Amino acid sequence: MIQGTVGRFGNWLVELAQSMGEQALLVRSAFGWFLKGRIEWRQFLVQVVRVGVESVSLAVGCNLFTGMVLALQTGASFKNLFNEPLFTGTIVSFAMVKELGPVMTALTVSGRAGAAIAAELGTMKVTEQIDALYTLGTDPIRYLVIPRVMAFLIVLPVLTLFSDYSGVLGGCLVATFKLKVPVSVYWHDVFDHLGHQEFFHGLLKTYVFAFAIAFICCFKGLTTTGGAEGVGKSTTSAVVYSMTAVLVLDYFVTAVLVAIGLA
Amino acid sequence: MIRVVGLRKNFGSRMVLQGVDLTVESGETMVVIGGSGCGKSTLLKCVIGLVRPNSGLIEVDGADVTRLHDEVEIADYRRKFGYCFQEGALFDSLSVWENVTFGLKYLTDVPEGRYRAIAQEKLELVGLREVEELRPAQLSGGMKKRVALARAIAAEPQYILYDEPTTGLDPIMSDIISDLILDLKEKLGVTSIAVTHDMRSAYKIGDRIAMLHDGKVLGVASPKEIKTTTNPYIRQFVEGVSQGPIQMKLRDYD
Repeated sequence: MIQGTVGRFGNWLVELAQSMGEQALLVRSAFGWFLKGRIEWRQFLVQVVRVGVESVSLAVGCNLFTGMVLALQTGASFKNLFNEPLFTGTIVSFAMVKELGPVMTALTVSGRAGAAIAAELGTMKVTEQIDALYTLGTDPIRYLVIPRVMAFLIVLPVLTLFSDYSGVLGGCLVATFKLKVPVSVYWHDVFDHLGHQEFFHGLLKTYVFAFAIAFICCFKGLTTTGGAEGVGKSTTSAVVYSMTAVLVLDYFVTAVLVAIGLA
Repeated sequence: MIRVVGLRKNFGSRMVLQGVDLTVESGETMVVIGGSGCGKSTLLKCVIGLVRPNSGLIEVDGADVTRLHDEVEIADYRRKFGYCFQEGALFDSLSVWENVTFGLKYLTDVPEGRYRAIAQEKLELVGLREVEELRPAQLSGGMKKRVALARAIAAEPQYILYDEPTTGLDPIMSDIISDLILDLKEKLGVTSIAVTHDMRSAYKIGDRIAMLHDGKVLGVASPKEIKTTTNPYIRQFVEGVSQGPIQMKLRDYD
Protein backbone atom coordinates (compact mmCIF):
# COMPACT_ATOMS: atom_id res chain seq x y z
CA MET A 1 0.00 0.00 0.00
CA ILE A 2 2.85 2.39 0.94
CA GLN A 3 4.65 1.37 -2.24
CA GLY A 4 1.51 2.18 -4.26
CA THR A 5 1.15 5.59 -2.63
CA VAL A 6 4.82 6.41 -3.21
CA GLY A 7 4.49 5.22 -6.80
CA ARG A 8 1.42 7.39 -7.42
CA PHE A 9 3.18 10.39 -5.85
CA GLY A 10 6.21 9.73 -8.05
CA ASN A 11 4.02 9.56 -11.16
CA TRP A 12 2.31 12.79 -10.15
CA LEU A 13 5.70 14.49 -9.75
CA VAL A 14 6.86 13.25 -13.15
CA GLU A 15 3.62 14.43 -14.79
CA LEU A 16 3.90 17.81 -13.05
CA ALA A 17 7.50 18.27 -14.24
CA GLN A 18 6.52 17.21 -17.76
CA SER A 19 3.57 19.61 -17.81
CA MET A 20 5.71 22.51 -16.54
CA GLY A 21 8.34 21.74 -19.15
CA GLU A 22 5.72 21.69 -21.90
CA GLN A 23 4.31 25.02 -20.68
CA ALA A 24 7.81 26.53 -20.69
CA LEU A 25 8.27 25.31 -24.28
CA LEU A 26 4.92 26.86 -25.24
CA VAL A 27 5.98 30.22 -23.76
CA ARG A 28 9.36 30.01 -25.52
CA SER A 29 7.76 29.16 -28.85
CA ALA A 30 5.24 32.00 -28.42
CA PHE A 31 8.06 34.48 -27.80
CA GLY A 32 9.85 33.12 -30.85
CA TRP A 33 6.84 33.73 -33.13
CA PHE A 34 6.21 37.13 -31.51
CA LEU A 35 9.79 38.24 -32.12
CA LYS A 36 9.54 37.13 -35.75
CA GLY A 37 6.78 39.75 -36.02
CA ARG A 38 4.30 37.38 -37.65
CA ILE A 39 1.17 38.59 -35.90
CA GLU A 40 -2.32 37.54 -36.98
CA TRP A 41 -3.95 40.97 -36.56
CA ARG A 42 -7.41 39.85 -37.61
CA GLN A 43 -7.39 37.05 -35.04
CA PHE A 44 -6.09 39.52 -32.46
CA LEU A 45 -9.02 41.90 -33.06
CA VAL A 46 -11.50 39.02 -32.88
CA GLN A 47 -10.04 38.01 -29.53
CA VAL A 48 -10.06 41.59 -28.21
CA VAL A 49 -13.81 41.62 -28.86
CA ARG A 50 -14.35 38.16 -27.35
CA VAL A 51 -12.15 38.63 -24.28
CA GLY A 52 -12.78 42.30 -23.73
CA VAL A 53 -16.02 43.70 -25.09
CA GLU A 54 -18.03 40.62 -24.18
CA SER A 55 -16.60 40.58 -20.61
CA VAL A 56 -17.17 44.28 -19.80
CA SER A 57 -20.66 43.92 -18.36
CA LEU A 58 -19.68 40.91 -16.23
CA ALA A 59 -16.52 42.53 -14.83
CA VAL A 60 -18.24 45.87 -14.20
CA GLY A 61 -21.28 44.21 -12.60
CA CYS A 62 -19.20 41.99 -10.29
CA ASN A 63 -16.98 44.85 -9.19
CA LEU A 64 -19.92 47.20 -8.66
CA PHE A 65 -21.30 44.79 -6.06
CA THR A 66 -17.83 44.15 -4.62
CA GLY A 67 -17.45 47.90 -4.03
CA MET A 68 -20.95 48.03 -2.55
CA VAL A 69 -20.37 45.21 -0.09
CA LEU A 70 -16.96 46.63 0.82
CA ALA A 71 -18.52 50.00 1.65
CA LEU A 72 -21.27 48.31 3.63
CA GLN A 73 -18.84 46.18 5.67
CA THR A 74 -16.38 49.02 6.24
CA GLY A 75 -19.07 51.54 7.09
CA ALA A 76 -20.89 49.18 9.45
CA SER A 77 -17.66 48.14 11.22
CA PHE A 78 -16.39 51.69 11.59
CA LYS A 79 -19.79 52.82 12.79
CA ASN A 80 -19.59 50.19 15.54
CA LEU A 81 -16.03 51.18 16.46
CA PHE A 82 -16.07 54.97 16.03
CA ASN A 83 -19.78 55.77 15.82
CA GLU A 84 -19.15 57.17 12.32
CA PRO A 85 -18.55 55.48 8.92
CA LEU A 86 -15.12 57.14 8.62
CA PHE A 87 -12.90 56.96 5.54
CA THR A 88 -15.29 54.69 3.64
CA GLY A 89 -14.23 56.23 0.32
CA THR A 90 -10.53 55.86 1.13
CA ILE A 91 -10.80 52.22 2.10
CA VAL A 92 -13.06 51.25 -0.78
CA SER A 93 -10.87 53.01 -3.36
CA PHE A 94 -7.59 51.62 -2.01
CA ALA A 95 -8.99 48.09 -1.82
CA MET A 96 -10.55 48.28 -5.28
CA VAL A 97 -7.67 49.91 -7.13
CA LYS A 98 -4.79 48.02 -5.53
CA GLU A 99 -6.31 44.64 -4.88
CA LEU A 100 -9.92 43.72 -5.53
CA GLY A 101 -10.29 45.41 -8.93
CA PRO A 102 -7.35 43.57 -10.56
CA VAL A 103 -8.03 40.25 -8.81
CA MET A 104 -11.81 40.18 -9.24
CA THR A 105 -11.51 41.20 -12.90
CA ALA A 106 -8.87 38.54 -13.54
CA LEU A 107 -11.04 35.90 -11.86
CA THR A 108 -14.20 36.81 -13.78
CA VAL A 109 -12.32 37.00 -17.09
CA SER A 110 -10.58 33.66 -16.49
CA GLY A 111 -13.95 32.09 -15.66
CA ARG A 112 -15.56 33.50 -18.78
CA ALA A 113 -12.99 34.08 -21.53
CA GLY A 114 -10.39 31.62 -20.19
CA ALA A 115 -12.90 28.77 -20.13
CA ALA A 116 -14.06 29.69 -23.63
CA ILE A 117 -10.48 29.62 -24.93
CA ALA A 118 -9.69 26.24 -23.35
CA ALA A 119 -12.94 24.74 -24.69
CA GLU A 120 -12.42 26.16 -28.19
CA LEU A 121 -8.79 25.05 -28.51
CA GLY A 122 -9.63 21.71 -26.88
CA THR A 123 -12.37 21.06 -29.41
CA MET A 124 -10.01 22.06 -32.22
CA LYS A 125 -7.45 19.60 -30.86
CA VAL A 126 -9.77 16.58 -30.63
CA THR A 127 -11.31 17.27 -34.07
CA GLU A 128 -7.84 17.48 -35.71
CA GLN A 129 -8.24 21.19 -36.53
CA ILE A 130 -4.89 21.86 -34.82
CA ASP A 131 -3.22 19.27 -37.09
CA ALA A 132 -5.00 20.91 -40.03
CA LEU A 133 -3.33 24.23 -39.16
CA TYR A 134 0.07 22.56 -39.50
CA THR A 135 -0.81 20.96 -42.82
CA LEU A 136 -2.03 24.33 -44.14
CA GLY A 137 1.32 25.96 -43.53
CA THR A 138 0.84 27.75 -40.25
CA ASP A 139 1.44 27.03 -36.59
CA PRO A 140 -1.20 26.94 -33.83
CA ILE A 141 1.03 29.03 -31.60
CA ARG A 142 1.24 31.75 -34.22
CA TYR A 143 -2.41 31.52 -35.29
CA LEU A 144 -4.13 30.79 -31.97
CA VAL A 145 -1.90 31.46 -28.96
CA ILE A 146 -0.19 34.78 -29.80
CA PRO A 147 -3.44 36.65 -30.68
CA ARG A 148 -5.08 35.41 -27.47
CA VAL A 149 -2.13 36.31 -25.23
CA MET A 150 -1.90 39.77 -26.86
CA ALA A 151 -5.65 40.30 -26.46
CA PHE A 152 -5.46 39.42 -22.76
CA LEU A 153 -2.48 41.76 -22.25
CA ILE A 154 -4.32 44.66 -23.89
CA VAL A 155 -7.80 44.02 -22.58
CA LEU A 156 -7.34 42.99 -18.95
CA PRO A 157 -5.76 46.30 -17.80
CA VAL A 158 -8.54 48.25 -19.55
CA LEU A 159 -11.22 46.04 -18.01
CA THR A 160 -9.56 46.52 -14.62
CA LEU A 161 -9.80 50.30 -14.96
CA PHE A 162 -13.53 49.97 -15.69
CA SER A 163 -13.86 47.61 -12.74
CA ASP A 164 -11.96 49.93 -10.40
CA TYR A 165 -14.26 52.77 -11.33
CA SER A 166 -17.43 50.71 -10.97
CA GLY A 167 -16.30 49.36 -7.59
CA VAL A 168 -15.61 52.84 -6.23
CA LEU A 169 -18.93 53.99 -7.70
CA GLY A 170 -20.72 51.07 -6.01
CA GLY A 171 -19.10 52.07 -2.75
CA CYS A 172 -20.33 55.61 -3.29
CA LEU A 173 -23.93 54.41 -3.78
CA VAL A 174 -23.92 52.46 -0.51
CA ALA A 175 -22.04 55.16 1.41
CA THR A 176 -24.49 57.82 0.24
CA PHE A 177 -27.84 56.05 0.40
CA LYS A 178 -27.25 53.49 3.16
CA LEU A 179 -24.57 54.97 5.42
CA LYS A 180 -25.68 58.58 4.84
CA VAL A 181 -22.15 59.77 4.06
CA PRO A 182 -22.34 62.98 1.96
CA VAL A 183 -21.25 62.41 -1.65
CA SER A 184 -18.64 65.18 -1.45
CA VAL A 185 -17.11 63.63 1.67
CA TYR A 186 -16.92 60.18 -0.01
CA TRP A 187 -15.14 61.52 -3.12
CA HIS A 188 -12.92 63.72 -0.99
CA ASP A 189 -11.87 60.60 0.95
CA VAL A 190 -11.18 58.87 -2.36
CA PHE A 191 -9.09 61.53 -4.09
CA ASP A 192 -7.35 62.86 -1.02
CA HIS A 193 -5.38 59.64 -0.58
CA LEU A 194 -5.46 57.82 -3.90
CA GLY A 195 -2.50 58.60 -6.19
CA HIS A 196 -0.89 57.41 -9.42
CA GLN A 197 1.19 54.94 -7.46
CA GLU A 198 -1.88 52.98 -6.39
CA PHE A 199 -3.10 52.78 -10.00
CA PHE A 200 0.29 51.55 -11.23
CA HIS A 201 0.37 49.01 -8.41
CA GLY A 202 -2.97 47.57 -9.54
CA LEU A 203 -2.27 47.81 -13.28
CA LEU A 204 1.12 46.09 -13.10
CA LYS A 205 -0.56 43.09 -11.50
CA THR A 206 -3.05 42.80 -14.33
CA TYR A 207 -0.27 42.23 -16.88
CA VAL A 208 1.05 39.29 -14.85
CA PHE A 209 -2.48 37.90 -14.46
CA ALA A 210 -3.23 38.34 -18.18
CA PHE A 211 -0.07 36.51 -19.15
CA ALA A 212 -0.76 33.63 -16.73
CA ILE A 213 -4.45 33.18 -17.62
CA ALA A 214 -3.87 33.30 -21.38
CA PHE A 215 -0.99 30.80 -21.35
CA ILE A 216 -2.61 28.37 -18.92
CA CYS A 217 -5.91 28.31 -20.84
CA CYS A 218 -4.18 27.98 -24.24
CA PHE A 219 -1.92 25.22 -22.88
CA LYS A 220 -4.82 23.28 -21.39
CA GLY A 221 -6.76 23.58 -24.65
CA LEU A 222 -3.86 22.53 -26.87
CA THR A 223 -3.04 19.49 -24.74
CA THR A 224 -6.61 18.14 -24.64
CA THR A 225 -7.05 14.44 -25.29
CA GLY A 226 -10.03 12.11 -25.16
CA GLY A 227 -12.93 13.62 -27.10
CA ALA A 228 -15.82 15.55 -25.53
CA GLU A 229 -14.99 14.31 -22.03
CA GLY A 230 -11.42 15.52 -22.47
CA VAL A 231 -12.63 18.97 -23.56
CA GLY A 232 -14.74 19.20 -20.39
CA LYS A 233 -11.80 18.15 -18.23
CA SER A 234 -9.34 20.56 -19.82
CA THR A 235 -11.83 23.44 -19.58
CA THR A 236 -12.40 22.78 -15.89
CA SER A 237 -8.71 22.46 -15.13
CA ALA A 238 -7.93 25.61 -17.17
CA VAL A 239 -10.32 27.62 -15.01
CA VAL A 240 -9.14 26.04 -11.75
CA TYR A 241 -5.43 26.48 -12.54
CA SER A 242 -5.77 30.01 -13.89
CA MET A 243 -7.85 31.17 -10.90
CA THR A 244 -5.38 29.57 -8.49
CA ALA A 245 -2.48 31.15 -10.39
CA VAL A 246 -4.12 34.59 -10.10
CA LEU A 247 -4.49 34.27 -6.32
CA VAL A 248 -0.99 32.85 -5.76
CA LEU A 249 0.71 35.31 -8.13
CA ASP A 250 -1.19 38.16 -6.49
CA TYR A 251 0.71 37.61 -3.26
CA PHE A 252 4.13 37.34 -4.88
CA VAL A 253 3.64 40.31 -7.22
CA THR A 254 2.37 42.40 -4.29
CA ALA A 255 5.41 41.35 -2.24
CA VAL A 256 7.74 42.45 -5.05
CA LEU A 257 5.90 45.76 -5.54
CA VAL A 258 6.02 46.46 -1.81
CA ALA A 259 9.73 45.59 -1.74
CA ILE A 260 10.51 48.06 -4.54
CA GLY A 261 8.45 50.75 -2.85
CA LEU A 262 5.47 50.76 -5.23
CA ALA A 263 2.92 50.14 -2.48
CA MET B 1 8.09 9.74 -55.28
CA ILE B 2 7.62 8.85 -51.63
CA ARG B 3 9.89 6.17 -50.15
CA VAL B 4 9.36 4.89 -46.61
CA VAL B 5 12.04 2.58 -45.21
CA GLY B 6 12.05 0.80 -41.83
CA LEU B 7 9.65 3.28 -40.24
CA ARG B 8 9.08 2.72 -36.53
CA LYS B 9 6.83 4.62 -34.16
CA ASN B 10 5.63 3.83 -30.68
CA PHE B 11 3.30 5.73 -28.35
CA GLY B 12 4.50 4.86 -24.86
CA SER B 13 4.69 1.10 -24.66
CA ARG B 14 2.43 0.59 -27.67
CA MET B 15 4.36 -0.18 -30.85
CA VAL B 16 2.27 1.17 -33.73
CA LEU B 17 4.68 1.04 -36.68
CA GLN B 18 7.32 -1.68 -36.52
CA GLY B 19 9.39 -1.22 -39.64
CA VAL B 20 7.13 -0.06 -42.47
CA ASP B 21 8.60 -0.22 -45.98
CA LEU B 22 6.59 1.38 -48.77
CA THR B 23 7.31 3.10 -52.08
CA VAL B 24 4.78 5.30 -53.85
CA GLU B 25 5.69 6.11 -57.43
CA SER B 26 5.04 9.54 -58.94
CA GLY B 27 1.51 9.89 -60.27
CA GLU B 28 0.13 6.77 -58.62
CA THR B 29 -2.49 6.38 -55.92
CA MET B 30 -1.37 4.00 -53.20
CA VAL B 31 -4.15 2.74 -50.97
CA VAL B 32 -3.15 1.53 -47.51
CA ILE B 33 -5.64 -0.88 -45.97
CA GLY B 34 -5.65 -2.47 -42.55
CA GLY B 35 -7.73 -2.92 -39.41
CA SER B 36 -8.65 -0.12 -37.04
CA GLY B 37 -5.70 1.00 -34.92
CA CYS B 38 -3.10 -0.71 -37.11
CA GLY B 39 -1.21 2.55 -37.69
CA LYS B 40 -2.54 3.70 -41.07
CA SER B 41 -3.24 7.27 -39.95
CA THR B 42 0.04 7.37 -38.00
CA LEU B 43 1.86 6.46 -41.22
CA LEU B 44 0.21 9.38 -43.04
CA LYS B 45 1.00 11.75 -40.17
CA CYS B 46 4.64 10.65 -40.21
CA VAL B 47 4.80 11.32 -43.96
CA ILE B 48 3.51 14.89 -43.60
CA GLY B 49 5.62 15.54 -40.50
CA LEU B 50 2.81 15.78 -37.92
CA VAL B 51 4.22 12.80 -36.02
CA ARG B 52 7.96 12.29 -35.60
CA PRO B 53 8.93 8.63 -36.05
CA ASN B 54 11.29 6.88 -33.63
CA SER B 55 13.42 5.64 -36.47
CA GLY B 56 13.38 4.97 -40.18
CA LEU B 57 13.52 7.00 -43.35
CA ILE B 58 10.84 8.94 -45.22
CA GLU B 59 12.16 10.25 -48.51
CA VAL B 60 10.07 12.62 -50.61
CA ASP B 61 11.60 13.69 -53.91
CA GLY B 62 14.97 12.59 -52.59
CA ALA B 63 14.89 14.59 -49.33
CA ASP B 64 14.79 12.83 -45.94
CA VAL B 65 11.84 14.23 -44.05
CA THR B 66 12.88 12.78 -40.70
CA ARG B 67 15.93 15.07 -40.66
CA LEU B 68 13.90 18.28 -40.93
CA HIS B 69 13.91 20.17 -37.61
CA ASP B 70 13.65 23.85 -38.46
CA GLU B 71 10.06 25.20 -38.55
CA VAL B 72 10.69 26.95 -41.88
CA GLU B 73 12.10 23.76 -43.47
CA ILE B 74 9.12 21.73 -42.26
CA ALA B 75 6.67 24.40 -43.51
CA ASP B 76 8.40 24.38 -46.91
CA TYR B 77 8.17 20.61 -47.01
CA ARG B 78 4.46 20.64 -46.18
CA ARG B 79 3.83 22.96 -49.14
CA LYS B 80 4.07 19.87 -51.34
CA PHE B 81 1.14 18.20 -49.58
CA GLY B 82 -2.59 18.43 -49.33
CA TYR B 83 -4.08 16.51 -46.41
CA CYS B 84 -7.67 15.38 -46.28
CA PHE B 85 -8.63 14.59 -42.69
CA GLN B 86 -10.95 11.78 -41.66
CA GLU B 87 -13.66 14.07 -40.25
CA GLY B 88 -12.74 16.99 -42.49
CA ALA B 89 -11.16 19.04 -39.66
CA LEU B 90 -12.81 22.16 -41.08
CA PHE B 91 -12.46 25.30 -38.98
CA ASP B 92 -15.82 25.91 -37.28
CA SER B 93 -15.30 29.64 -36.97
CA LEU B 94 -14.73 30.18 -40.69
CA SER B 95 -17.09 29.99 -43.67
CA VAL B 96 -16.68 27.32 -46.34
CA TRP B 97 -14.77 29.60 -48.75
CA GLU B 98 -12.48 30.82 -45.95
CA ASN B 99 -11.77 27.19 -45.06
CA VAL B 100 -10.94 26.31 -48.65
CA THR B 101 -8.54 29.24 -49.09
CA PHE B 102 -7.06 29.16 -45.59
CA GLY B 103 -3.74 27.65 -46.66
CA LEU B 104 -3.18 30.01 -49.59
CA LYS B 105 -1.96 32.79 -47.29
CA TYR B 106 0.73 30.56 -45.80
CA LEU B 107 1.54 28.18 -48.65
CA THR B 108 1.44 30.42 -51.72
CA ASP B 109 2.01 33.97 -52.97
CA VAL B 110 -1.47 34.20 -54.48
CA PRO B 111 -2.89 37.72 -53.89
CA GLU B 112 -5.78 37.85 -51.43
CA GLY B 113 -8.07 39.35 -54.06
CA ARG B 114 -8.09 36.03 -55.94
CA TYR B 115 -9.05 33.85 -52.96
CA ARG B 116 -12.79 34.01 -53.56
CA ALA B 117 -12.45 32.96 -57.22
CA ILE B 118 -10.08 30.11 -56.27
CA ALA B 119 -12.53 28.89 -53.62
CA GLN B 120 -15.34 28.84 -56.19
CA GLU B 121 -13.17 27.01 -58.72
CA LYS B 122 -12.05 24.32 -56.24
CA LEU B 123 -15.54 23.87 -54.83
CA GLU B 124 -16.91 23.38 -58.34
CA LEU B 125 -14.18 20.81 -58.93
CA VAL B 126 -15.56 18.77 -56.04
CA GLY B 127 -19.14 19.32 -57.16
CA LEU B 128 -20.25 21.99 -54.71
CA ARG B 129 -21.99 25.26 -55.59
CA GLU B 130 -23.50 28.10 -53.58
CA VAL B 131 -22.11 26.84 -50.28
CA GLU B 132 -19.32 29.42 -49.95
CA GLU B 133 -20.98 31.42 -47.23
CA LEU B 134 -22.15 28.43 -45.15
CA ARG B 135 -20.42 27.36 -41.94
CA PRO B 136 -19.12 23.76 -41.55
CA ALA B 137 -21.86 23.04 -38.98
CA GLN B 138 -24.46 23.63 -41.72
CA LEU B 139 -22.98 20.96 -44.02
CA SER B 140 -23.77 17.26 -44.30
CA GLY B 141 -21.04 14.62 -43.79
CA GLY B 142 -20.50 14.18 -47.53
CA MET B 143 -20.34 17.92 -48.13
CA LYS B 144 -17.77 18.30 -45.34
CA LYS B 145 -15.58 15.66 -46.98
CA ARG B 146 -15.85 17.47 -50.30
CA VAL B 147 -15.01 20.85 -48.75
CA ALA B 148 -12.02 19.17 -47.05
CA LEU B 149 -10.98 17.84 -50.47
CA ALA B 150 -11.33 21.31 -51.98
CA ARG B 151 -9.16 22.71 -49.16
CA ALA B 152 -6.55 19.99 -49.68
CA ILE B 153 -6.18 20.86 -53.38
CA ALA B 154 -6.52 24.67 -53.09
CA ALA B 155 -2.76 25.29 -53.00
CA GLU B 156 -2.23 22.83 -55.87
CA PRO B 157 -0.04 20.33 -54.03
CA GLN B 158 2.07 17.62 -55.67
CA TYR B 159 0.91 15.02 -53.16
CA ILE B 160 -2.46 14.40 -51.54
CA LEU B 161 -2.87 12.29 -48.41
CA TYR B 162 -6.38 10.98 -47.74
CA ASP B 163 -7.22 9.76 -44.25
CA GLU B 164 -10.30 7.51 -44.47
CA PRO B 165 -11.96 9.59 -47.21
CA THR B 166 -15.19 7.56 -47.29
CA THR B 167 -15.63 6.59 -43.64
CA GLY B 168 -19.03 7.45 -42.21
CA LEU B 169 -20.67 8.04 -45.59
CA ASP B 170 -23.50 6.11 -47.21
CA PRO B 171 -22.48 3.80 -50.11
CA ILE B 172 -23.59 6.22 -52.81
CA MET B 173 -21.76 9.17 -51.29
CA SER B 174 -18.70 6.92 -50.76
CA ASP B 175 -18.74 6.16 -54.48
CA ILE B 176 -19.11 9.85 -55.34
CA ILE B 177 -16.04 10.65 -53.18
CA SER B 178 -14.11 7.80 -54.83
CA ASP B 179 -15.01 9.20 -58.26
CA LEU B 180 -13.85 12.63 -57.11
CA ILE B 181 -10.49 11.24 -56.00
CA LEU B 182 -10.06 9.58 -59.41
CA ASP B 183 -11.14 12.77 -61.13
CA LEU B 184 -8.65 14.88 -59.15
CA LYS B 185 -5.85 12.46 -59.98
CA GLU B 186 -6.66 12.75 -63.67
CA LYS B 187 -7.04 16.54 -63.68
CA LEU B 188 -4.20 17.46 -61.32
CA GLY B 189 -1.81 14.55 -61.92
CA VAL B 190 -1.07 14.23 -58.22
CA THR B 191 0.58 11.40 -56.31
CA SER B 192 -1.62 10.17 -53.48
CA ILE B 193 -1.72 7.91 -50.47
CA ALA B 194 -5.19 6.99 -49.24
CA VAL B 195 -5.72 5.02 -46.05
CA THR B 196 -9.05 3.28 -45.80
CA HIS B 197 -10.80 0.09 -44.81
CA ASP B 198 -13.52 0.59 -47.38
CA MET B 199 -12.53 -2.12 -49.89
CA ARG B 200 -14.95 -0.96 -52.59
CA SER B 201 -13.31 2.45 -52.57
CA ALA B 202 -9.81 0.92 -52.30
CA TYR B 203 -10.33 -1.18 -55.47
CA LYS B 204 -11.70 1.81 -57.32
CA ILE B 205 -9.14 4.51 -56.49
CA GLY B 206 -5.97 2.48 -55.92
CA ASP B 207 -3.29 1.84 -58.54
CA ARG B 208 -1.74 -0.38 -55.89
CA ILE B 209 -2.92 -1.51 -52.48
CA ALA B 210 -0.70 -2.10 -49.44
CA MET B 211 -1.94 -4.07 -46.45
CA LEU B 212 -0.69 -2.89 -43.05
CA HIS B 213 -0.83 -5.37 -40.20
CA ASP B 214 1.00 -5.54 -36.87
CA GLY B 215 2.90 -2.38 -37.75
CA LYS B 216 4.34 -3.78 -40.98
CA VAL B 217 3.37 -3.90 -44.64
CA LEU B 218 2.22 -7.46 -45.35
CA GLY B 219 2.15 -7.02 -49.09
CA VAL B 220 1.69 -4.56 -51.95
CA ALA B 221 -0.23 -5.46 -55.10
CA SER B 222 -2.61 -4.16 -57.72
CA PRO B 223 -6.35 -4.26 -56.90
CA LYS B 224 -6.72 -7.17 -59.32
CA GLU B 225 -4.00 -9.17 -57.54
CA ILE B 226 -5.38 -8.30 -54.12
CA LYS B 227 -8.78 -9.73 -55.11
CA THR B 228 -7.18 -13.09 -55.89
CA THR B 229 -4.40 -13.17 -53.29
CA THR B 230 -3.71 -16.34 -51.34
CA ASN B 231 -2.19 -14.50 -48.35
CA PRO B 232 -4.55 -15.54 -45.51
CA TYR B 233 -4.27 -12.18 -43.69
CA ILE B 234 -5.08 -10.12 -46.77
CA ARG B 235 -7.80 -12.54 -47.85
CA GLN B 236 -9.49 -12.35 -44.49
CA PHE B 237 -9.38 -8.55 -44.48
CA VAL B 238 -10.61 -7.95 -48.03
CA GLU B 239 -13.37 -10.54 -47.64
CA GLY B 240 -14.33 -9.08 -44.25
CA VAL B 241 -14.74 -12.37 -42.40
CA SER B 242 -14.38 -12.74 -38.65
CA GLN B 243 -12.62 -16.13 -38.77
CA GLY B 244 -8.94 -16.11 -39.65
CA PRO B 245 -5.46 -15.19 -38.45
CA ILE B 246 -6.19 -11.49 -37.81
CA GLN B 247 -8.95 -12.26 -35.32
CA MET B 248 -6.49 -14.01 -32.99
CA LYS B 249 -4.44 -10.83 -32.73
CA LEU B 250 -7.51 -8.70 -32.15
CA ARG B 251 -8.45 -10.99 -29.27
CA ASP B 252 -4.99 -10.43 -27.80
CA TYR B 253 -5.70 -6.70 -27.70
CA ASP B 254 -9.09 -7.25 -26.05
